[in-house]
Amino acid sequence: MEDTNLPTSGTIGARRALVRLTDVNKHFGELHVLNNINLTVSQGEVVVVIGPSGSGKSTLCRAINRLETIDSGTIEVDGRVLPEEGKALAQLRADVGMVFQSFNLFAHKTVLQNVTLGPIKVKKMRSAEAKELAMTLLRRVGVDSQANKMPAQLSGGQQQRVAIARALAMHPKVMLFDEPTSALDPEMITEVLDVMVGLATEGMTMIVVTHEMGFARKAADRVVFMSDGQVLEEAEPEQFFTAPSSDRARDFLSKILFH
Amino acid sequence: MDALVSSMPRFIDGFQMTLLLAVVSGALSLVLGTVLAALRVAPLRSLRVVATVYVETVRNTPLTLVFIFYVFVLPTLGFVLPLGKVPAIIALTTYTSAFVCEAVRSGINSVSAGQAEAARAIGLGTVSTLRLVVLPQALRSVVPPLINVLIALTKNTSVAAGFAVVELTSTGRALARDNPSDVLLLLGGIAVCYLVITIPAGLAAGAIERRVVFSR
Repeated sequence: MEDTNLPTSGTIGARRALVRLTDVNKHFGELHVLNNINLTVSQGEVVVVIGPSGSGKSTLCRAINRLETIDSGTIEVDGRVLPEEGKALAQLRADVGMVFQSFNLFAHKTVLQNVTLGPIKVKKMRSAEAKELAMTLLRRVGVDSQANKMPAQLSGGQQQRVAIARALAMHPKVMLFDEPTSALDPEMITEVLDVMVGLATEGMTMIVVTHEMGFARKAADRVVFMSDGQVLEEAEPEQFFTAPSSDRARDFLSKILFH
Repeated sequence: MDALVSSMPRFIDGFQMTLLLAVVSGALSLVLGTVLAALRVAPLRSLRVVATVYVETVRNTPLTLVFIFYVFVLPTLGFVLPLGKVPAIIALTTYTSAFVCEAVRSGINSVSAGQAEAARAIGLGTVSTLRLVVLPQALRSVVPPLINVLIALTKNTSVAAGFAVVELTSTGRALARDNPSDVLLLLGGIAVCYLVITIPAGLAAGAIERRVVFSR
């Protein structure tokens, strides 16, 4: 049985490794965007990835469900190495929820249809059942009253919460968040972060690329600091924010904390 | 004027043949062109290469040459097609599908990459992603260029006149020869017949466009 009262520490212990990156490398032309990345995320763990722009953190996030291919190394999700393009990959992606910076709700479908599309078409769920599931999730993220609207009629914060519901509808083993609040107006950031903190408390395994230090402090088990394609530092949030060990992290923090 | 009235039955026959060629080739071209467009954005390189070679070859070849290929060259290779509308439809479809492909592909490219990424992220495969998410959104920007392609096709059916198909243009030529004094009127009538096909097509496109519009 899984221990549900785990200490919020960076130790991996005996928990099952859900995501494991081994010696991952990727280049964009000259740029070595992922430089020998090794990272393991255990079940129930919440990992926040931070770093300056261009550090490779988004690429790392996208590589985990193979929206970006990698040049070398392996990425495993729940013990299975990421397959090549095809059915097996689609299946694996269904197990990995993804939330994008720009929401990417299907523009031609209603909020409800956005959430039911995956369950109906990928999991072959009956339409009525999928609707029920979708409404439950939309209620949970607080946008159930908007179910029949088109995405463009919603505020950014509402759209992002729908995007979270859409990902949750697939019952993912792990959720990836690629700067989920970076495109939002300041007053809408909290409503999205609240949903994410809720997920974290319920034990969802999460990898979150963000600059929201409040979220990292409140919900993260571990902070991973990336710069120039490398993981420079891994630490518990409190330790990282108060006493970063690398100069690069200190420099980065001083820039974002006092702007 | 008498000539116009007395040749009405031949007009109608020619009109029907043109309409048949345009509608059947148009429908087939839309299907084949969409499949080609899907191949051109496929994740497999070999599929992309095949579709690209097809499109670049066909759309850079004059339609008359495509007709000559099906009517005269293919029989010498042992593939004998019945003369008349069948090779005409095949030739028109071959040619038009390349243009449909490029129109549809530009529509696919107009849909933001994030839409396809989101679709793939919930576990949809390549075909489902195209069919359920990308193509429905591409439709909006594809309708105007597609109607251009279909209007061009309607006029291109006249090339079939040179290959033993009696459609509007060949009818017009024959009638003009038989009634030299009414040439202007007869050819005007032929032109109007083309408009009868192309103008409603344009109107239909406008209606479709309004229906598929949604705000982004």
